[in-house]
Amino acid sequence: MLLATLAVVLLITADLRFNRLETTRSLLDTVATPVYWLADLPTRLGDWSEVHIQSRSQLLADNERLLQESLVLKGRSLQMSSLQAENVRLRALLNSTALLRDDVLVAELVGISPDPVRHQLVLNKGARDGVFVGQPLIDSDGLMGQVVGVSAGNSRALLITDVTHSIPVQVNRNGVRAIAEVTGALGSLEIRHVSATTDIRPGDLLVSSGLGGRFPVGYPVAVVSEIERDPGRAFARILAIPSAALDRSRHVLLVFTSGADEEG
Amino acid sequence: MVDQESHGYGVILLTFFVAYVLAVLPLPQWLLWGRPEWLALVLIYWTIALPARVGVVTGLLLGVGLDVLEGAVLGQNAFALVVVALLSVILYQRLRVYSLWQQAGVVFVLVGINQLICQWVQNLQGVGARSLFFMLPAVSSALLWPVVLHTLRGLRRYYRVN
Repeated sequence: MLLATLAVVLLITADLRFNRLETTRSLLDTVATPVYWLADLPTRLGDWSEVHIQSRSQLLADNERLLQESLVLKGRSLQMSSLQAENVRLRALLNSTALLRDDVLVAELVGISPDPVRHQLVLNKGARDGVFVGQPLIDSDGLMGQVVGVSAGNSRALLITDVTHSIPVQVNRNGVRAIAEVTGALGSLEIRHVSATTDIRPGDLLVSSGLGGRFPVGYPVAVVSEIERDPGRAFARILAIPSAALDRSRHVLLVFTSGADEEG
Repeated sequence: MVDQESHGYGVILLTFFVAYVLAVLPLPQWLLWGRPEWLALVLIYWTIALPARVGVVTGLLLGVGLDVLEGAVLGQNAFALVVVALLSVILYQRLRVYSLWQQAGVVFVLVGINQLICQWVQNLQGVGARSLFFMLPAVSSALLWPVVLHTLRGLRRYYRVN
């Protein structure tokens, strides 16, 4: 009993105070993979049956809709290459560094943290696929979070709505910089330490600012939903709703920024 | 004899594995806070049934496994399950003669202690819950105790684990 208590206290101290257990944890994570696989099985069976029991007319309708969507997106991207070239030239004129295009890797969700206070995801891509700790995670609507743990075939990502996470953002409209973190209600972000006179309005899009060097510039993070300017307080109270479908996306994208580009 | 013993271990390990899977099974949002502590329930059962074979060390190992699965601080659930196992080992003689709902009451207290310890370690990390919702698993676990008890007892008798 004494030994067990001692072991537990040692474990907690080693993990919490000294972060000494990263390798052990990633090894154990590999062992834990079958558990996640099994727990995810009902969802995958549901998806599978949905795909295989779909009616022909529904498939045709889906196909039609996707073709149209693809056409619209292609149309929108027609001018992309010329605009990109122009952007590079203008940036060169301004003596600022060129924006690099990011490569992405599609990953699938295999688990979510069972603990409601911890907003973590388990993904089916790991060190084998080149995933690294600190890698940004996005879905089709915006930034989701970052990778905090990697094992051989799996990785663990922290969402931007976790209480231990905060992210540097800027207002897309005018470039005001701030930091978004979770303080009050779960599921919404709070922009902290913004003075009451700052030009920021409900509906403003917040994008990642790239400061801090962890997240790439320009991915949508959240939309400002509520502002309360209380003269009694030093700062305005600003709430924002994350753009990404944090609790719905099943397929997510892992972003490789400039570092990976140089290799490839 | 030796063969039978190893067979018994297989059944015990299998129930723990199933508890692990249930512990990370994706649940809808409104059920998240009330997820029963499956591992604690199964551990309590085996400690009462076979106190000589399942106890504090089992709790420690199981807890580390759960920490890895949950992505929690290593040692959080281990600490909680060690205490739960220790209390069950101390109480097992009394628990065996209790009626079903008296047992459920004790399970409520044990899982409640489990939750309090987990909450305490999470607060060390700064990720504590803001309401008393974190105690809901104690209620749901106590309510599920009869089901767990009958299932595991059935399994134990069928496979003659002793």
